[in-house]
Amino acid sequence: MEKFRNFCVIAHIDHGKSTLSDRLLEFTKTISERDMQNQALDDMDIERERGITIKSHAIQLYYDHSDGVKYTFNLIDTPGHVDFSYEVSRSIAACEGALLIVDATQGIQAQTISNLYLAIEHDLEIIPVLNKIDMDSAMIEEVTDQVVDLIGCDPSEIILASGKTGEGVQEIMNAIVDRVPAPKGDPKAPLQALIFDSVFNSFRGVIAYFKIINGVLKKGDKVRFVNTGKEYGADEIGILQLDQVKKKVVGCGDVGYIITGIKESKEIKVGDTITTIENPCSEAIQGFEDVKPMVFAGIFPVDNDDFEDLRDSLEKLQLNDASLTFEPESSVALGFGFRCGFLGMLHLEIIQERLDREYNQNVITTVPNVTYFAKSKKKGSEKFIVKTPADLPDPSQLEFVEEPYIEAQIISKPEYVGSIMTLCLDKRGEMTKQTYLTPTRIEMTFILPLAEIVFDFYDRLKSISRGYASFDYTPLDYRQSDLVKSDILLNGDPVDALSALVHRQKAEAFGRKICKKLKELLPRQQFKIAIQASIGAKVVARETISALRKDVTAKCYGGDITRKRKLLEKQKKGKKKMRQIGNVEVPQRAFLEVLKLD
Amino acid sequence: MAGIYIHIPFCKQACHYCNFHFSTSLNHKTALVEALQKEIKLQKNFLLGATIESIYFGGGTPSMLTEMELMDIFSTLHQSFEIGKTAEITFEANPDDLTSAYLQTLVKSPVNRLSIGVQSFFEEDLKWMNRAHDANQAIDCIHEARKAGFENFSVDLIYGSPSTSNGMWEKNLEKIRALKIPHLSSYALTVEEGTALGSWVKKGKMPDVDPAKSLKHFEMLQQFVQKNHYRHYEISNMALEGFEAVHNSNYWKRIPYLGIGPAAHSFDGKNRQWNINNNAKYIQALNEGRLEMEKEALSESDLFNEYIMTGLRCDWGISKAYIAKHFPQFNNTFEKELAAQVQLGALVEKTSSFVLADAAKFIADGVASEFFVVND
Repeated sequence: MEKFRNFCVIAHIDHGKSTLSDRLLEFTKTISERDMQNQALDDMDIERERGITIKSHAIQLYYDHSDGVKYTFNLIDTPGHVDFSYEVSRSIAACEGALLIVDATQGIQAQTISNLYLAIEHDLEIIPVLNKIDMDSAMIEEVTDQVVDLIGCDPSEIILASGKTGEGVQEIMNAIVDRVPAPKGDPKAPLQALIFDSVFNSFRGVIAYFKIINGVLKKGDKVRFVNTGKEYGADEIGILQLDQVKKKVVGCGDVGYIITGIKESKEIKVGDTITTIENPCSEAIQGFEDVKPMVFAGIFPVDNDDFEDLRDSLEKLQLNDASLTFEPESSVALGFGFRCGFLGMLHLEIIQERLDREYNQNVITTVPNVTYFAKSKKKGSEKFIVKTPADLPDPSQLEFVEEPYIEAQIISKPEYVGSIMTLCLDKRGEMTKQTYLTPTRIEMTFILPLAEIVFDFYDRLKSISRGYASFDYTPLDYRQSDLVKSDILLNGDPVDALSALVHRQKAEAFGRKICKKLKELLPRQQFKIAIQASIGAKVVARETISALRKDVTAKCYGGDITRKRKLLEKQKKGKKKMRQIGNVEVPQRAFLEVLKLD
Repeated sequence: MAGIYIHIPFCKQACHYCNFHFSTSLNHKTALVEALQKEIKLQKNFLLGATIESIYFGGGTPSMLTEMELMDIFSTLHQSFEIGKTAEITFEANPDDLTSAYLQTLVKSPVNRLSIGVQSFFEEDLKWMNRAHDANQAIDCIHEARKAGFENFSVDLIYGSPSTSNGMWEKNLEKIRALKIPHLSSYALTVEEGTALGSWVKKGKMPDVDPAKSLKHFEMLQQFVQKNHYRHYEISNMALEGFEAVHNSNYWKRIPYLGIGPAAHSFDGKNRQWNINNNAKYIQALNEGRLEMEKEALSESDLFNEYIMTGLRCDWGISKAYIAKHFPQFNNTFEKELAAQVQLGALVEKTSSFVLADAAKFIADGVASEFFVVND
């Protein structure tokens, strides 16, 4: 066990975590240069394109140290986005050490800090690494100061590295051996293994990744997942190299995988504890949570006939992404579809993209919202959950409505404090704390309604801070708010998919903006289109799109017919992607983009 | 029944808006005229022996052909095809080329109809468009054509140009009336890629065409044709009774035609093909006894879409009976869309067909595409 080193990597998006991890794989010859695709650990197309890690993975490396001993490293890769912070916390719990990778050209970001605090809470040994030091814009001294201030280390403990050139990789390897403690655990104790991730394989079912805290796991053991209470046989176990390597036993302190014939990801909960039925552990590993979706949006097929196809695709997606939830929903405007729950906006976008790319589904995503609680005035009625604006009772019947609040940490340069304050106050936020981390980095804490940051917050924050502000949040509680339902009508027909719950004081301005935005998003048609926003029966805003004036080519002779036919076919294909509401054709993207109100 | 189009790809100078295939260098002219004749011979069976009811010389500028060149082309045509006695033989000409001498050449030839590229009677417009003629030539050529004996001719006019005020447009139309022009082809100025105008608009050096102005001019045109008893038989074409263009009408009725010359298109009823739009390569290929061209076979839905697209542009419209007979597989969606468009007021019913309402003519493409059958 003393030869094991289990560690994870904490880094902000784009700080070079994946590239540096790739260098470690190369250095230990875990992966040959020939097989090396950039970012070997990220194997979904979307991950590689977006340069982010969505699902965490693990890999075992072997390192011949100068002390003559061959060490086994388990590198546990973690997602770097705010939507996936629970998964990060479970990966961290499986480690004894963490590489803290900071981009020397950018400095510490909020997401890094919150994950770093998680690692410190779990008593992980932190090895700070300044990456991208080969870049001209690297601010080595300044960022070194930031790191020293943050974790209270000695500047000499910080390793300078470059994922691009491979500089510093050797030092990182040595530091892992010398500074990260070996896992402590009792091989003779009852089995206690922490599930920190799972993947879906269409041939083998769901594969869970675990770290053994105490005891050992043998092939063929009868096992129980403590939190779900379900029992299975350990059909296959093994360790994780670039591919899975079957083993008869996975020992205490090691990281491995287990295949039990589970067909649906829902059955495996990240954070759960595996034990044996024969000799069960007395308690589960702490920190298990059932992750709940934070954001809901409707997903509808563009063509109503594709409803069943969409259901199939969502079911398949759920097989390998247990955090996706969905239930059937019907909309007057959009017909039959699904109300889907996501961990956050990035998660929503990823699902939407995967539906399109992997399942070829042409979908409309509606404006996302958070979950509310409401209580009706009717006698004996109880507080109930509101997942869509349509669920909100008539205002005359409404006793109260509650919305979720979060605590947000924003880290930025001091010169952007003013505009960040303005943005957060505009989003009904309240500042509770302001701390200088270093003279050039300030951390601000706000209490904000989640609904206000679900949409259009992150992009605006990035733009007002020229990309410097970073942001992270944790859910706080539910609070009563004076919310009203804003409706949109197109040529007099209400479009339920465009309804939203907004604060009363902001409702009129919201209605005006949304009408204006729709005017930009809707193409001109053969007839005039009236766009109205209403609150209850009162119309608060109106825009008109005049009818299309000219849509005809001047000439259509012998040589023009082919080109013209192809042009009109393209036009028709474009129209087919739109949704007919009353007699108005609404482009697919309008339903989501309508709320991007600069 | 069939037609022949002959493309003469040369111009004296480039009009700023034109995206047809042409060259302002005359180096290859002799070789090209020879190549045209080779193609005529090579393609003599394309129309399966049908009698030729119309021949159209377009361009470019056909009036850049010499008398000898024109005679040679006609001679080759007669050797290869049976040309109907009453065939319409149209010749596009620019006003500056229509001297009395050249008109004499044309009168002696089989040409029996002229299409004159007047575009405007105003100097400002002609300069703006970079036309080769001036305002005086625009009027003179019409008198000269008549003097030479041409009664059947068409005049082209462009509207909606930034250089054309509403008042100027009205005066241009008034000239058409005063000169008793038997056939008018009138086009909204269109900004095309690959033209001087297109590049200026793209770079912001010149404003894009104002669709509101184009529409206004089109409405003025509609009032003009009604008042003066022209038949507005296609979006951009109007004629006094008996002067409708046979050749162009046949395009819209999807009657087969053979296109001769670089960039010329041909249609045999089921396939469309088009020659390479490069004079040198065109000549080279024919010198080697072959044609350089691309071809597309039309699917059932292509044929249906073309029927709708061309029919809606014309005053004979689209008919339920035709669809039921030729495209029964698309009948349901067709009837559904037809009802929707009638409801919107875009289409009106005539005796045996549906035609675009006057107010919908300027959005003809949008209405046509609503009917289109496309595969995902």
